[in-house]
Amino acid sequence: MSTTNRRLGLAVTATAVALVLAACGGGGFDDDGGSTDAATDSTATTDGGDSGTDEGSGSGLDILIASSGDAETAAVQDAVAAWSASSGVEASVRVASDLNQELAQGFAAGTPADIFYVSTDAFPGLAANGSIKAYFDELGNKADFYPTLVDSFTYDGTPYCAPKDFSTLALVINDDQWAAAGLTEADYPTDWASLKTVAEKLATGESTALSFGPEWQRIGTFMAQAGGTLVEDGAAVVDSPANTEALTYVKDLMSAGLVRYPADIGAGWGGEAFGTGAAAMTIEGNWIVGAMKANYPDVSWTAIELPSGAAGKGTLQFTNCWGIATDSDQQADAVELVEFLTSAEQQMAFANAFGVMPSISTVADEWKTAFPEQEAFLAGADYAQGVPPVQGIADVLSDFNSQLETLSSTDPATILTSVQGNLQAIL
Amino acid sequence: MTATTPTPEATSVVAPRRGAPAPRRGGGRSTSRNLAGWVFVSPMLLILGLFLVLPIVMAAWVSISDWGGRGSPFASTVGFVGGENYQKLLTGGGLAQKDFATSLRNNAYYVLLVVPLQTALSLGLAVLVNRRALRGRGFFRTAFYFPSVTSSVAITVVFLFLFTASGAVNRVLAWVGIHGPNWVNDPRGVIHIVLGVFGVDSPPPALQSAPLLGLPWWQWIAGPSVSMCVFIFMAIFTTSGTFMLLFIAALQNISGEIDEAAQVDGANGRQRLFRVTIPMLRPTIFTVVTLGLIGTWQVFDQIYTGTQGGPAKTTLTPAFLSYQTSFISQNWGQGAAIAFILFAIIVALTVLQRFALRERGVPRRKRFTKGDAA
Repeated sequence: MSTTNRRLGLAVTATAVALVLAACGGGGFDDDGGSTDAATDSTATTDGGDSGTDEGSGSGLDILIASSGDAETAAVQDAVAAWSASSGVEASVRVASDLNQELAQGFAAGTPADIFYVSTDAFPGLAANGSIKAYFDELGNKADFYPTLVDSFTYDGTPYCAPKDFSTLALVINDDQWAAAGLTEADYPTDWASLKTVAEKLATGESTALSFGPEWQRIGTFMAQAGGTLVEDGAAVVDSPANTEALTYVKDLMSAGLVRYPADIGAGWGGEAFGTGAAAMTIEGNWIVGAMKANYPDVSWTAIELPSGAAGKGTLQFTNCWGIATDSDQQADAVELVEFLTSAEQQMAFANAFGVMPSISTVADEWKTAFPEQEAFLAGADYAQGVPPVQGIADVLSDFNSQLETLSSTDPATILTSVQGNLQAIL
Repeated sequence: MTATTPTPEATSVVAPRRGAPAPRRGGGRSTSRNLAGWVFVSPMLLILGLFLVLPIVMAAWVSISDWGGRGSPFASTVGFVGGENYQKLLTGGGLAQKDFATSLRNNAYYVLLVVPLQTALSLGLAVLVNRRALRGRGFFRTAFYFPSVTSSVAITVVFLFLFTASGAVNRVLAWVGIHGPNWVNDPRGVIHIVLGVFGVDSPPPALQSAPLLGLPWWQWIAGPSVSMCVFIFMAIFTTSGTFMLLFIAALQNISGEIDEAAQVDGANGRQRLFRVTIPMLRPTIFTVVTLGLIGTWQVFDQIYTGTQGGPAKTTLTPAFLSYQTSFISQNWGQGAAIAFILFAIIVALTVLQRFALRERGVPRRKRFTKGDAA
C-alpha cells in the first residue's frame, strides 16, 4: 500500500513540477535536450518557435527589442513582416520590458533570441563572453556605416554588429525665451564665451538658462570640445588638462546660476525642464523632437550645433546595434535580415516612423531634406565621440555620473582623478 | 512590501512540520509509518529542492566561478576562481569594493532607522486599535493596513511625485515658510547636513582614512541621504500595517484577566503597557524584528522603480547592486558573491537579535520560590 502511495505521490509531484515548468514559459528550462512540449507554447513566435530540432529552414527568427513606444514597435514589426514575406523565413518581434534581463535569461539557457538590440553599455560584456556573433564583415553594406559608430561596436579590433541608428547631442533653444531676451539668430553661441554671454541674458527669475542631466552623457560634450576624451590609444586619459578645463567651465556656469540640473528645477530630464520653460536651453539628442511634439506642442524650438571649445566642435553620440546570438542556429538568415533592416530604404522608414537618425551615411542628404530642423544633430556625426567599448565601462560611467551630481561643490580634479583610476583599472 | 510576503526560508521551516504529524496518524509499523511520512512530504521536498536548494547551490557555484552568463554555469568551460569574486568586493580596492561598501552603508542606515521605527509604530497602532473603547476600530484597522496591500511599485511612483522639488510635500512645507529640500534627488547625508550646520563641511583629517572596505570614515558617517530618508519613510508607512496585524493577533491572545489583575495591583496604564503587555509580546516582537531585518536588508523594488541607486549612489543597496552587477555589467560571479555576503549579514543579524531578545531576568522558578517564602 505504501509503495502505491509513494508512486502516487511521485506522480502527483512530477505532474505538479511539469505544470509549474510549463507555466513558467520562456522555454528557458528544458530546451537543451531537444525541447519538449513545455517550450512549444511558451513564446508568441508564429510557428511555435522550436529552435532546438529543425536546423534553419522553416523555423522562425526571434527578434527581441526594447521599444521606445508603439511607433517603434509597429515600424520594426512591419519591416520584419515585409522581409518575411519576400524571403519566406518566418520571423516575429517581441518587445522586452527589461531587455538586459530577458537577454541574460536567454544566454544562460542557451536559447537566446536570434536578433536583439545591444546597447553600447552591454556590448563589451556580450562580446567578451562570446554571446554575440561578429558578423559585421559579412554585411554587404558594411562600407556605408559611419566609422565612429562601428568603433563603438568593435571589440579587440573586430567589428561585431551593425549600428541600428544613432543620435548626437545638440543645443536646443526655446525660441520665445530667446526673443524675449532680445536675442536674434545672429547671437546663436559658437564658442564657450558666447554661450556664457547668451546664458546671462536668458537667465531670469523663473527660468534658468541651460539645463542638462548630471552625467558624462551630457557634460562629456564639453570635455570633447576642450579636446578631452576618456580613452586614447588604450589608456585612460580622464584626468587630462582638457577635461579639467571642461568641468571647471561647467562648474563656473553652475555657480553663476546659469546651469542647473533638471532635478533641481523639478524636472525629470533636460527635455522636461526645457519643455516646461524652466530652462531656456538644453543639451539633448534628437529624441527630444518626439517628446516636444507629444508633450509640449506649443513650444517652438531651434536645434543648433553645440558651441566649440578650445579644441573645436565636440559632441557625443548614442547608438544601439543589431546583435545576433552566437547560439542562434539561423545565423545566415539573421544576417540577411539585419542587412535588410539597415538598408537605406528601411532606415528612412524607421526615421519617418519614430524619428531616429540612419546609421549609414548614404542617406544623410535624404534625411536632412526630410528633417531640416534636425540638421544640427546629423552635423554632429562628423566629430562625435562614442562610449568606449570597454568591459565594465558602464560601472565607471555610473560612478562618474554619481560624482558629477555634486560637481557644484566638488573640485573637478578630484572627480577626474578618481574616474581615471577606475577606468585605468578595467583597461 | 518586501517584508510583508513570507520569504521562501520561512515557508521551508513551516512546510515539513506541517507534514510531520501525518505518519503518527497511521499508527502501524514504524517502517510503513516512515514511508507514508516521506510520501506526504516528498512533493514539498521536491519543489523546495528544485526551486530553492538547487538555485542556491547554483548561485554558490557561480559566486566562486568565472561564469560569464552564457550557457549553463555547470558547463565544462566555466572555471573555478576560488574566492576571487569575494576578494574583489571585500579587499579589492577598486570600484567594485567602493560600490559594495557604499551600498552596505546605505542599507545599514536604512535598516537602523526602519526596523526600530516600524516595530514601534506598528506596536503603537496595534495597542490603539485594540482598545475596546475605541469607536470605529474596524475602520482604523483597515486604514492602517491599507498601504500594505498596495503594490510597492505604485506607492513608489506616488512618493516620487509627492517628493519632487515642486511636489506636494514641498508645497505644504512652503505654507509654513520652510523651503523643502529636493527630496528624492538630494544626495546629501543627514549627518553631514547636521555637521554642516556646525561648520564642519569637509572631513577632518582623522576621518579621511579609509580602513573599512575602502570607504573613508567621513563617507561611512554620512548618514542616510535625504533621498534615502524618503524611502525610509515610505518603508515605515507601508510595512507598519502588516506588523500591526501581527501585534493585534498577539494582543488578543493576552487574556483580559491579566490586565485586570495588574489593575487591581494598582498599576497605571503606562505601567501595564510597559511592564505587563510588552514583555508578553516578546515572541511577536522577535518575529516582527526578524521579518523587518530580512525585508529591509533585501530592499530592491523601490530602488529599482524609484532611483536606480541615485542620486550619487546614496540609495544603492546590496540587493540592487547585485542585480546591476549581474544583469547590466554581466559580472555574474561578483553579483552572486554580493548576494551571499548579504545572506551572511542577514543570518548574523538574526542570530544576534535572537541572542538580544532571549528570555532574561528573573527565572520563572525563582519567582515562585520568592512568592512561597513570602
